[in-house]
Amino acid sequence: MTATDTAPAPAFEEVVVTTRRGVTAPVRVYEPAGGISGDTATVLALHGAGGWLGDEAVLAGLAAAGLGVVAPVWPAWSEHTDEDRLSDMQDFALHGWDVATEMGLLEGAGNGAASGGLHLMGHSMGGMIAAEMAALAPQSVARMALLCPAGMWLGDHPIPDIFAMLPYQLAEVLFADPDVGEEVLTGGADFSDNETLTRFMVARARQQGMAGKILFPIPNRRFSERAYRVTVPTLLVWGRQDRLIPPAYADAWQAALPDATVELVDGAGHMLPYEQSAAVVAAVTTHLQG
Amino acid sequence: MTVKFCWFNLMPWPDLPDDFKTEHRSVWVDIDGSLFDPERANGIYHEYMDQLEFADELGYDGIGVNEHHQNGYGIMPSPNIIAAGLARRTSQAAICVIGNSIALYNPPHRVAEEFAMLDCISGGRLVAGFPVGTPMDTNFTYGQIPALTREKYYEAHDLIMEAWTNPDVFAFDGKYTQLRYVNCWPKPIQQPHPPIYIPGGGSIETWDFCLENNYNYSYLSFNGYLAGQTLMDGYWNRVSELDKSMSPGRAGFAQIICTAATDAEAEELYSEHMLYFFNRCLHVFPGFADPPGYRTVKTIQAGKLDQFRKENQELFKRLTWKDLVEGGYVIAGSPDTVRERMEDMIKRLRVGTVFCLLHMGNMPDWKTRYSSQLFAEKVMPGLRGIWGDEFADADDWWCNPMDDRVRPENTMADARRYPEAPRGPVA
Repeated sequence: MTATDTAPAPAFEEVVVTTRRGVTAPVRVYEPAGGISGDTATVLALHGAGGWLGDEAVLAGLAAAGLGVVAPVWPAWSEHTDEDRLSDMQDFALHGWDVATEMGLLEGAGNGAASGGLHLMGHSMGGMIAAEMAALAPQSVARMALLCPAGMWLGDHPIPDIFAMLPYQLAEVLFADPDVGEEVLTGGADFSDNETLTRFMVARARQQGMAGKILFPIPNRRFSERAYRVTVPTLLVWGRQDRLIPPAYADAWQAALPDATVELVDGAGHMLPYEQSAAVVAAVTTHLQG
Repeated sequence: MTVKFCWFNLMPWPDLPDDFKTEHRSVWVDIDGSLFDPERANGIYHEYMDQLEFADELGYDGIGVNEHHQNGYGIMPSPNIIAAGLARRTSQAAICVIGNSIALYNPPHRVAEEFAMLDCISGGRLVAGFPVGTPMDTNFTYGQIPALTREKYYEAHDLIMEAWTNPDVFAFDGKYTQLRYVNCWPKPIQQPHPPIYIPGGGSIETWDFCLENNYNYSYLSFNGYLAGQTLMDGYWNRVSELDKSMSPGRAGFAQIICTAATDAEAEELYSEHMLYFFNRCLHVFPGFADPPGYRTVKTIQAGKLDQFRKENQELFKRLTWKDLVEGGYVIAGSPDTVRERMEDMIKRLRVGTVFCLLHMGNMPDWKTRYSSQLFAEKVMPGLRGIWGDEFADADDWWCNPMDDRVRPENTMADARRYPEAPRGPVA
């Protein structure tokens, strides 16, 4: 038996949409197990500042549990260089809805993938964007799951400055197990090679530069003043070993949102979808399926 | 044209401890506040301002100041405050403010106003610098979003230039600044505006910006002229590609200079202060040097990335005086040695303005004055005429003062004059 024989079929298909603003965005579409029926719900999933990092076991796991998953690649995280069209938090949140529109997720029951309801999910920066989307249009969201979202600032728990970290310092802060983190972040790339380093630095400049529009210098764009609008049932999932946005923030988010519950996951840092994917899938699936 | 020499003081803190490099993370941004002694600063500021006045006395073409924030080698967050003092107490030299980080002023119109004030007080001696600003100052200290910094900078530039050149009250509807009534009052003496210098650190987009607007491009680095040549060659290639005049007045360069009676005396007098500068003052946490989004993709692709490797974080630790001199970081020695190397530098880089870093690190006052005087008297005269009369437009990049301006030698005593005749009753 060869490796090829055992390789699973790609878990998703990629489609490319161009929003009415003019931003081109690749979108990963994960088919739900059992196919789409009249009451299939869809999750619009937003990645963190690291982008989608590979197989995305969480997204595949949600699809295996019967949820449709639509996962846009945010501008700057793909080869489409449209990131200059988005400058601030409002642009980011509207872009999320623009992609949802292009994907038919807001069409009436029976006409689109969202006929069973549209859920939002986001990790870190993606959680911050998802929360803002829900504040803008709560009536369009059935339920929401936020995985250690950025977007608040507690003076007693300052978030380490990822923009002032050198590449080799990131894994220690982002992962409960830094050795695992190093592998996930770099894919084992050899930075002594100039071309590799240049590619890495260009990607970092584009992606983290884009993230900086809503995260720099303090990752707080006053969402807490709009949190009252997010009436949808929201699950907050947090790694107990999160050294970037520590679990104290889970309490702050829960206090700010009208209808939120918290689930803490052991053995996970800020990159919990990559460290404890099964636990995340179980918690999120249970929450979204009500 | 004559080569212009601007005596420049970075205003470093002279008391960084011996173990600064091992016990402190960075000289910039998060420098330990307990190292600053305000009462000591009283004497330091006056010493540095006195030196700038002395440079005017010695006949330097310009005296220069710049803007840094939360920085142990530059205690000058507001260069305009220093420049105001110099404008009032000097009479000859250009006041080179290189410059104001225009994206940091809210609104940036403040720069148009303050520079106009400086130009009026100095009688038209202002040379106005508009840096994009370092990441340490602009992003980490003043909180500007890296990916939007350049866009904000260009908008600030447009506002300031229109404020100086539009005679009418106008509305400015920018993305970052909205003003209903822009009406720069006062206005600069130099019309349409003072000469503009853009200090650059290697962003290649800045070249085109300078050339499109006919501004001077000045490469301000501490790595010396040998290391600076590749970048300046790139600049001049771009000048040629865009079919602009090759006048050296378009370019400036900052060079550390140590002048003494002999080469050996230069080492004896200055080496400890140069090593203080390179080992302590340049001890910047590398994470502050390149926030993602600050440099454009084009610049990254053109640039060197060695500084981001872990093994290269300790580079300056290994430098010796010999390395500094041979590598061109420092031009040091007798007047003859310095003149020879300066001539090589000016010709290699094709520059019309030299920012002379004659005070560095913890250099004491007498050594600074000694080196500065020797340079002014025995080096500078032999370098001024390097470019001859070939470039008629070269003075476009220098200030054009009033002839009959107010001069401190006439006014200093007068300022404290008591009324000569009793006044009549006050109504």
